[in-house]
Amino acid sequence: MKTKYVYLDNAAATRLDERVLKAMRPYFFQKYAVATSEFAYTPGIEAREALDDARQNLSGALNADPEEFIFTSGSTESSNMALKGVARALAEKQGKHIIVSKIEDFPVLHSAQALERQGFRVSYLDVDGTGLVNPEQLRAAITGDTILVSIQQANQEIGTVQDIINIGNICRDKGVLFHTDATHSFGRLPLDVSKTPVDLITVAAHTLHGPKGVGGLYIRRGTPIAKWLDGGFQEFDLRAGLENIPGAIGFAKALDLVTPLENEQLKAMRDHAIERILAEIPDTTLNGHRHNRLPQNVNISFHYIEGESITLHLDMHGFAVSTGSACFSRSLQGSHVIYGIGGDHERAHGSIRITLGRYNTLAEVDDLIQTLAVVVRELRDISPLGKDSSEEV
Amino acid sequence: MKFPYNETVLEHFRHPRNVGKIEDADGKSIEGSPACGDMVAVYIKVAPETNTISDIKFESYGCASNIATGSIITELTKGKTLDEAKKITWQQASDALGGLPKIKAHCSVLAIDGLRSAIQNYEERHGLVKEKEPTTVPIVRKRLKKVMNPIAGLDIVQTNLVKDIKVKAGKVRILVDLPEKHQFAPAIKEEIREKIEPLWDVKEVVIDFTE
Repeated sequence: MKTKYVYLDNAAATRLDERVLKAMRPYFFQKYAVATSEFAYTPGIEAREALDDARQNLSGALNADPEEFIFTSGSTESSNMALKGVARALAEKQGKHIIVSKIEDFPVLHSAQALERQGFRVSYLDVDGTGLVNPEQLRAAITGDTILVSIQQANQEIGTVQDIINIGNICRDKGVLFHTDATHSFGRLPLDVSKTPVDLITVAAHTLHGPKGVGGLYIRRGTPIAKWLDGGFQEFDLRAGLENIPGAIGFAKALDLVTPLENEQLKAMRDHAIERILAEIPDTTLNGHRHNRLPQNVNISFHYIEGESITLHLDMHGFAVSTGSACFSRSLQGSHVIYGIGGDHERAHGSIRITLGRYNTLAEVDDLIQTLAVVVRELRDISPLGKDSSEEV
Repeated sequence: MKFPYNETVLEHFRHPRNVGKIEDADGKSIEGSPACGDMVAVYIKVAPETNTISDIKFESYGCASNIATGSIITELTKGKTLDEAKKITWQQASDALGGLPKIKAHCSVLAIDGLRSAIQNYEERHGLVKEKEPTTVPIVRKRLKKVMNPIAGLDIVQTNLVKDIKVKAGKVRILVDLPEKHQFAPAIKEEIREKIEPLWDVKEVVIDFTE
């Protein structure tokens, strides 16, 4: 075991930036009061102001107004609220049809399935071999009773970035609301609501070296959406519950710390990793789009071997990565994203996702590739597949 | 650190015993599970005078539990008679490894299937098999004992997931006591198909869920 452990699963969770913690700290120990109205006590007013500032910064990054941004407990809640909140608001008035892509992350996909069980109709759009939705297929899928389209900005596993401006324009044309899950792209890719016709956006702090358990939902002014949690009047009377002020402060700070330079560096490391792995390790396939891709995402299938074995070996060598293998998943199903892009079972079985973050270096990526080459060779040595005589048995 | 695999399993995973092919094997098999995607190949050499396994090797396209189980069964069976080897169960292999996670039972049971199939392959090649039997409910039930219930780590027959079996004119109908939407329903369904479809006289397998 190496002395230093290298974490390369930043799509799952990220290390908190110390500067984020520093910004959050006073809101645990000094300014811990609940955000109150301006007619109450001083600490409450201070808390209110801090929350407003955080909201201002986060909404501002989307070029939205603060009143259009509510805080949630994370991207799972945000996407649940977007789909189910709109469904509840429009089911009687407009219709019961929702469109999502097949490769959405589980909060969107499983919310859609939950609505299906309640009598909604859901269309699951195919994607091409790189993970892109076909805009004309989307246009054709929209019918008179369609109320919402939910297509992510970038994919959680293979990093493919959709053309959400085009998708948004189609939805606008057809008079249908558009939600995008930007959990993995917020801060990493541009998203401006004055340029992108989008009505709801899911964002989260945990992918940006911010705290876990904090997310947000952008809701364009006038978007019909049902109140999500009943209780008090917090978050513009849409989501009751004591505000997570340290979390909100941490989220705003985390976003503030992301720079264009950092995103360029991630992209350079990504390209370096993709090029080296494909060139140096035989029988490998890149999953996702080569260029329309999150700057931090690498996803490659290693043929003839299984992903859990790869991740376990890498873990023993001091590297954390993820896999789309069925053996790794809690449902014993291979990655729906790899199947969605037309990959077979074998491609999902040997797929490895490497996601980069602020604390990774090029030297670490090179170390990983060196170790990966050895692990892949060893596992292939014991595999019955990929050898000349393997077909005869 | 609390890891789902114990040290013995990890040791066999890191340094699997008896890996590779036997080019002039007397019996060989490849068993695969589309449900989890793992595969195991088993090769045996048999000493005919004693009817014992004189050499055994395996290859694995699978996860850690698959590799570790493949490794342990080669140790458990070398030098054993074919009848003794046939009787080795998944539980014995798991015990020899100090226990496997329940959810991984279906990946590791493949190695046992591979061993039995390699022996069967040897017996078929050497004219030691009886006439083909027509498929009956007890035969289907016996096969279903190889399908693992990932919730319990035991097979689906023992855990009462199999509510009904019907066999009629090449058509096998199995009722599984799970909601169709259950997280493991697709995996179990695929694995049942994989076990029942190869029966020589089965033309169709229908799997129903209770909800």
